[in-house]
Amino acid sequence: MELIFEKSKDKRGCDILPSCDVPVVEPDGKYLRRKELHLPRMSETDISRHYTELAGCTYGINNGFYPLGSCTMKYNPKVNEETANLPGFLNIHPLQTAHTVQGCLEVMKLAEEYLCEITGMDYMSLQPAAGAHGEFTGLKLIRAYHRDRKDDKRTKIIVPDSAHGTNPASAAMAGFSVINIPSTKEGYVDLEELRKAAGEDTAGFMLTNPNTVGLFDRNILEITKIIHDAGGLAYYDGANLNPIMGIARPADMGFDVVHLNLHKTFSTPHGGGGPGSGPVGCRAILEKYLPAPRIQKKEETNESIGRVKEFYGNFLVVVKALTYILTLGGDGLKKASENAVLNANYMMNQLKNTYPVPFEGPCMHEFVMSLEELKKETGISALDIAKVLLDYGIHPPTMYFPLIVHEALMLEPTETESRETMDRVIAIFKKVYEEAQTNPQGLWDSPKNTPVGRPDEVTAARNPILRYTF
Amino acid sequence: MGTYVPNTVKEQQDMLNSMGYSKVEELFSNIPEEVRMKRPLDIPDGLSEMEVRRKLIQIAEKNKVFKSIFRGCGAYRHYIPSLVKQITSKEEFVTAYTPYQAEISQGTLQAIFEFQTMICELTGLDVANASVYDGATAAAEAVIMCRERKRKKAVISATVNLDITETIKTYCSGTDTEIVTVPEKQGRTDLEKLEEYAGEETSCILIQQPNYYGQLEDCDAVKKIADKNGAKFIMSCNPISLGILKTPGEYGADIAVGEGQPLGMPLAFGGPYLGFMAASESMMRKLPGRIVGETKDTKGRRAFVLTLQAREQHIRREKASSNICSNQALCALTASVCLSVMGKKGLEQAAALCISKAHYLAGRLCELEGYGLVYTGEFFHEFVTTCQGDARRVMEGLEQHGILGGYPLQGENSGNILWCATEMNSKEEMDELIKILQEVNG
Repeated sequence: MELIFEKSKDKRGCDILPSCDVPVVEPDGKYLRRKELHLPRMSETDISRHYTELAGCTYGINNGFYPLGSCTMKYNPKVNEETANLPGFLNIHPLQTAHTVQGCLEVMKLAEEYLCEITGMDYMSLQPAAGAHGEFTGLKLIRAYHRDRKDDKRTKIIVPDSAHGTNPASAAMAGFSVINIPSTKEGYVDLEELRKAAGEDTAGFMLTNPNTVGLFDRNILEITKIIHDAGGLAYYDGANLNPIMGIARPADMGFDVVHLNLHKTFSTPHGGGGPGSGPVGCRAILEKYLPAPRIQKKEETNESIGRVKEFYGNFLVVVKALTYILTLGGDGLKKASENAVLNANYMMNQLKNTYPVPFEGPCMHEFVMSLEELKKETGISALDIAKVLLDYGIHPPTMYFPLIVHEALMLEPTETESRETMDRVIAIFKKVYEEAQTNPQGLWDSPKNTPVGRPDEVTAARNPILRYTF
Repeated sequence: MGTYVPNTVKEQQDMLNSMGYSKVEELFSNIPEEVRMKRPLDIPDGLSEMEVRRKLIQIAEKNKVFKSIFRGCGAYRHYIPSLVKQITSKEEFVTAYTPYQAEISQGTLQAIFEFQTMICELTGLDVANASVYDGATAAAEAVIMCRERKRKKAVISATVNLDITETIKTYCSGTDTEIVTVPEKQGRTDLEKLEEYAGEETSCILIQQPNYYGQLEDCDAVKKIADKNGAKFIMSCNPISLGILKTPGEYGADIAVGEGQPLGMPLAFGGPYLGFMAASESMMRKLPGRIVGETKDTKGRRAFVLTLQAREQHIRREKASSNICSNQALCALTASVCLSVMGKKGLEQAAALCISKAHYLAGRLCELEGYGLVYTGEFFHEFVTTCQGDARRVMEGLEQHGILGGYPLQGENSGNILWCATEMNSKEEMDELIKILQEVNG
């Protein structure tokens, strides 16, 4: 497909702005740009068609099944988009006086309150813009807590090897060193390893629970106790909150700080990679360190970790999440969680005799299949299976994660899929498995029906072309 | 109560039965009794779509929408071309995840590739990433990119927006990078002090252009000081201004960052906005976040992929250049569509309108008693004046007329007002503002 720059034609363009109604002023020549500026020169018709064409080569939730494990690709309700587009939210300057933004503050206060109730935490900050940003913020709270207590030797964050890559990366960015501990063969936290790792230098421990193989860690109270006994704090990665709303709360599991992903659990869209929103909740002991500025407090504390971004967070994303919470209500949130778990178990049960599931169920909202045996037998890898699924119009599951499972495919159907959609997908998965046995060559050539075939990623990284050259 | 679960209660029960369960609770057997919630969530009952929409409309109505806005300080009201909203509302763009599966994500990937190209064009630099959260985190990531073993000081001008500086401080507080603030002189970076503060330990110098007070900095002089000390030069820029102002590339900056909100994003009470980052080629592998590259597919067709992933958290974990995963992709698309519709001519026009309107407004304000320009240097679309009376109260007085006046500054500048004018402010509207202020002045 042609780039927008390749469609440009001299002298073409759109007429958007009026002529100047005041005397024209130009800055001194020394401040002026001399370098040519290449931007598209196109009629509105052609720009519109260009992006419509691009949209046609993009697969969203509305195009079909999107079981991307750990990403909670649930349906994005359209009423959320409508409420986030109300002029009373869109046209509000972030530095208006408080009495002119009472509606925005009410949105934030309600969202904070409900998210606290769902997690069991005492306080919530909506400032972080995404999950990883929330992790960074939460870890900064842990750091501030130990510093305040003059407990400066606590420099280490323990992370299980099943964790998302953002966990260790966030810990390093927040100034900690990272201790990776292995998981048990069942995919749980290895209590012995945790005991060995926890000690006087432990600042905290990060855990996703249910974990990244889709299992709720039965030992969760023991785990958080080990950390607390060692003097550390427990961090809850909320990437997998979707199965436990109204069923179990991170605070009741013994966690001290949590981040949520509004773009996962609370149905706000991912936009092809953002904007998300990653609120951070904490217990009262950490409140004074929360990022400034805060909503309710008139005075900011000196102990705050400071600002983590401009203004107050991805506000419109919060509007969408609040709309979702108000629509479902407390009972509806619990039903959403139950159905997320039901759907995942249904798919797992239908598939486990074809694709081995290394961990005993029932699972929570997602499950992991291992294609290690299939690869040994046929040479067909998790990647190959994923690419065939593209030809069937399905977004593949998460591939090669968690790292502790070889040839992993991680499926998360979410609660917004119907039984017949899942039945259709299950049949396709089984058919593809048969094809792998009977006609592996056909799979290696996949995908065949997509706008492009498998791209050469090695060359892309070796000889990077990162922009169009005029 | 609204729900997005398609399966009926009977279907749910059938699915349970097919697995040999009778109740959904049995699926949660792994959760220890002690951590289970024993009561329902204390959140009101769900609402129908019509009710929830009404409720949010009622909440939104508690905000005041101003017909005239003369306030900027990092969030700017610009005209948003009609096509922008239409394109960025397309469900495929809105509901897709990060483009991990390139074959069915060519639309998102090509849009990012085009965005990267436009950011390179605006800034005059070689490479750009797919976006970060906002202008402040972009600046913080840029400072982190410049870290070197023997260079531990990042020198930041006091004329950089304080929100940006504070964000950088938070990002650097866990590391061994020290933040040194260079004072201002006449609303611009004090270059003599900058000479003094910069040294062989300086990793980078960060300047905002136009700066927080709207003043244009002498970036050639800053570049010289950076070079003399072997430090990197970071510029934080307003993207509209780059339609006419000298680019970071022409100044010899190593990294350019900025807040992309003026490119088609509404004020929206501060977010979501868009952080953009561009750098010279030599710093390419230190850029954080997603980067899209061009390659070919198995049949030799052009294809786009996420590339240089060896920098990123899912590969490098604790050794990654940044922890960033989600970015602001849809906002980057917004900026791309906006720049496509505006084109070179439109962007130049927007910049020229901004600067002309701001000068007209400044001139008219200076006619009032008690109002005068605080700084004498050249400015873009923001400027600082003194005020007759209590600045806060005067600005609050304007609110009754549907006008959001300039921003009453704090700290050393307390009592002064930071004004902003864009193409959105008509001459008529500015004259009206002056008339009201005259009346207030009495």
